[in-house]
Amino acid sequence: MMNFNFNSIEPIYLQVSEQIEDAIFTGTFAEGERVPSTTEISKQYHINPATVLKGMNLLVAADLLEKRRGLGMFVKSGAQERVTQRRQDMFYKNYIVSLVQEAQKLGLTEEQLWQLIQRGWNKDERTKD
Amino acid sequence: MNGLKISHLSVKVKKKEVLQDISVTFQPQTIYGLLGRNGIGKTTLLSLIANRIFAQDGEITLDGHSVVDNDLALQRIYVMGERNLYPKNLKLATILADTAAFYGGLDQAYAERLAQKFGLDLDQKYGQLSTGYRSIFKDIIALTVTADYILLDEPVLGLDANHRDMFYQELIDTYAKKPRTFIMSTHLIEEVANIITHAVILSAGKVILDEEVDEMMTKSYLVTGPEKEVTAYVEGLNVIGKEQLGRMTGYYVYDDLPEMRILPDTVYLEKMPLEKLFIYLTQQTTERKEG
Repeated sequence: MMNFNFNSIEPIYLQVSEQIEDAIFTGTFAEGERVPSTTEISKQYHINPATVLKGMNLLVAADLLEKRRGLGMFVKSGAQERVTQRRQDMFYKNYIVSLVQEAQKLGLTEEQLWQLIQRGWNKDERTKD
Repeated sequence: MNGLKISHLSVKVKKKEVLQDISVTFQPQTIYGLLGRNGIGKTTLLSLIANRIFAQDGEITLDGHSVVDNDLALQRIYVMGERNLYPKNLKLATILADTAAFYGGLDQAYAERLAQKFGLDLDQKYGQLSTGYRSIFKDIIALTVTADYILLDEPVLGLDANHRDMFYQELIDTYAKKPRTFIMSTHLIEEVANIITHAVILSAGKVILDEEVDEMMTKSYLVTGPEKEVTAYVEGLNVIGKEQLGRMTGYYVYDDLPEMRILPDTVYLEKMPLEKLFIYLTQQTTERKEG
């Protein structure tokens, strides 16, 4: 089920596209499968159909969904891999940059940061305090 | 010149100026919210559009032609009134048939389906209906009548939460199947905030805001944090409201946020809900008028 945050400063149409992208990433909407129609989503969450369509069209442009005339929107083949690839690309920007900045603020050296990452990577060590 | 255009409209009711020089255009195939506080002239505006009363100044045109005494134009505009315009002893089925005859028709099968869904017996007389069911009956007409501009005055007045949910679903469904213009006046702003794509806010006899909801939302913020930091951050911006909770201060800002200004770690940005925007904007204008 989708979960919209109507208080977020993020526009609803972006939330629509992110929610569907997320479902593609986790495999909830499998490749070749039909995603809920614009009207189905609109009706359930009381969102204008044009807003929902705007969000869906972002995913069409990103090559994740395809329109099949008269049938609806379907997850394209290879979509899951493309989402994973894109999220990996974003990983550096979203996590690594801020991780290094925070480490520097805390006065950690590169060596210390490496050690912490290794500790986090190791399952048994992660749970230790 | 497509659309329902209201230009420089002024109207006095009992010598009191209710609307002053109002100009607004309603585009085809769009869902509008017509928002305003009680007694602000929303119903007057809707009555003017329906040609039930006449303005002292200004004009209303549909696709370039005046609506005054223009049957062709009036057939394309359906106004669902908040007031009760139907005789009490008339059967609902008869009212449906009369409406179909005056306008370009009415989807009878859909009307019957809706009546069944909402649990409304069309063999009843209008006078027997409760407030909620009067709204439901008028909503059914509004959703099924053949018209290009449908004005709904308080469509959820007296409806319980289930019926409101059903109404919004049906509105979206029929709009998706056959896009046309709906103009809704309502006090339950948050319920329609994502359904309407354009909002027109009336206050003190004037249109104080006429904008796409998407546009409005990109400049409606609640900025919270410690007084000193927040005040510094919002300096020079259009602050329309302020809230204080202990040492936390929240400013409601209706403005584009300056990209160059750095948001301190202690200051948080949230979206200002449409209802808050409405409350503060209408408060401002009425205070200014009184003061």
